[in-house]
Amino acid sequence: MSISTVQDGVSAVSAPGPTTVKADRQLHNRVGLLTVSPSVLALLVWMIVPLAMTIYFSLIRYNLLYPGDNEFVGLENYYFFLTDEGFVHGALNTLWLVGATLLISVVAGVLIAVLVDTPFWGRGIVRVMLISPFFIMPTVSALVWKNLLLHPVSGVFAAVWNFFGATPVDWFAEYPLQAIILIVSWQWVPFAVLLLMTAMQSLDQEQKEAARLDGAGPIAIFWHITLPHLTRPIAVVVMIETIFLLSIFAEIFTTTGGGPGYETTNLAYLIYSQALLQFDVGMASAGGLVAVVIANIAAFILIRMIGKNLTEKA
Amino acid sequence: MLTLKQSRRLQTVLIATLAWLVALAIFFPIFWMILTSFKTEIDAFATPPQLFFTPTLENYVHIDERSDYFHFAWNSVVISFGSTLAGMLLAVPAAYSMAFFETKRTKSTLLWMLSTKMLPPVGVLVPIYLLFKDAGLLDTKTGLVIIYTLINLPIMVWMVYTYFKEIPKDILEAARLDGATPAQEIYRVLLPIGKGGLASTVLLSLILCWNEAFWSLNLTASSAAPLTAMVASYSSPEGLFWAKLSAVSTLACAPILIFGWLSQKQLVRGLSFGAVK
Repeated sequence: MSISTVQDGVSAVSAPGPTTVKADRQLHNRVGLLTVSPSVLALLVWMIVPLAMTIYFSLIRYNLLYPGDNEFVGLENYYFFLTDEGFVHGALNTLWLVGATLLISVVAGVLIAVLVDTPFWGRGIVRVMLISPFFIMPTVSALVWKNLLLHPVSGVFAAVWNFFGATPVDWFAEYPLQAIILIVSWQWVPFAVLLLMTAMQSLDQEQKEAARLDGAGPIAIFWHITLPHLTRPIAVVVMIETIFLLSIFAEIFTTTGGGPGYETTNLAYLIYSQALLQFDVGMASAGGLVAVVIANIAAFILIRMIGKNLTEKA
Repeated sequence: MLTLKQSRRLQTVLIATLAWLVALAIFFPIFWMILTSFKTEIDAFATPPQLFFTPTLENYVHIDERSDYFHFAWNSVVISFGSTLAGMLLAVPAAYSMAFFETKRTKSTLLWMLSTKMLPPVGVLVPIYLLFKDAGLLDTKTGLVIIYTLINLPIMVWMVYTYFKEIPKDILEAARLDGATPAQEIYRVLLPIGKGGLASTVLLSLILCWNEAFWSLNLTASSAAPLTAMVASYSSPEGLFWAKLSAVSTLACAPILIFGWLSQKQLVRGLSFGAVK
């Protein structure tokens, strides 16, 4: 049922005398406001208080190693953060990490969701296995991948490489960022599969059958029926995964510590290392605000692109 | 030449084989982790890695001696359920308001809520740390419950909102004509109808809380530390003890993994975020 017909139905129902309508409307608005305000207030406080403190810290000299020396320094912290070698690396790595993981999880997610859509023997177990990585905590998946799978001497990948007579690769030394992308993708592909699998269930089978009878091949059906049906779920996947991928932290913390050099340092990790490893709260706060601005630009672009998809009914 | 029926069957066999191979590949790391947790340290480090070995429980015994698993697990349970409950108490009324008392600002409010989720947590780590220190919330379960409730709230509001939007408004209208208060409308009408969707929201929130690893690593030391922190404590100095690391990881993931397996049907049905009609 489409929402607009429901709304029409409601306005048709509630059309008694003009005075009760006005009183009703007032009560209506008050209930609406009262029920939404706890969440809005909680999030407002959650956003404004720390943000105001961060802005304040970013304008003073504030190093935990030198207590008491909290002079106002203006935009100095921003200058140092933005010209720091780590910033460019951090920004680019964040972009790579988010972009590559999104691409991998959408493409793999769609293919897998289509693959498991037709019934076959053991599909229930296959589904459970496919979504399992989503239940694994990031610290665990990072450690398992690093030590048990990608380890250059005793890892499973090394054994496979040896089996085919190739030299095992030291992933975290030679392709550190790609290794992180692999781990993060392993965690987030299942989420895409989960959402897209849900979406596939509502695909009109008769439409597919009709297209097949008209002589459309599987690829044509995929492009013209399946993919358009998945546009909105894909938008949701992109939206939610971006939110989580922008602040990837535990995977880097437990595997590379941002290294070698700055090769796997994203903005989240860069700010963390400034605040808690170099104790420079002032600069970390400036960095935090830069990250907030970048995240908001990303949010703005995303919402412009797909926000319509999320709140409006087709 | 194959008949149509035969080619269909061949196709199904091919699809099934491919699907099984993909699923096994994706599941392999978890399988391998569990397998390694039953190896001795020597077997765990052997090259090439061994598929067949004499299983041992010594790693689990060691963990039991070294750290109090049930202490961490209990913290994880309390924090996850506590913040999921708090989140639902805030999110359900908010979603009710957005779905049934729509105003011009509803959509922008929803998008604003989601945008708070885009703030990188590191950006506000230091202020939160200092505020928590002053309030005595550092290393407390209450502290983490507050944080987790706030970071998951936008997604919960959004999810519940999409489920409520699918409920025809005349049903509420009918309840209202019978004299139901808003609380009764939610409790008597919306919760029973939206049960499935709300269950999915609860599941997702529990999974996200259980696995959250930024705030739990930075705001807890020992007394309120959940399982994510316990795993991290095994990672750095003991990098070479992989069998023990696997055992501790298996223990940390087992509850939520089993929980997820049991509830996956509900998750697959409910996680649509209003994207499917």
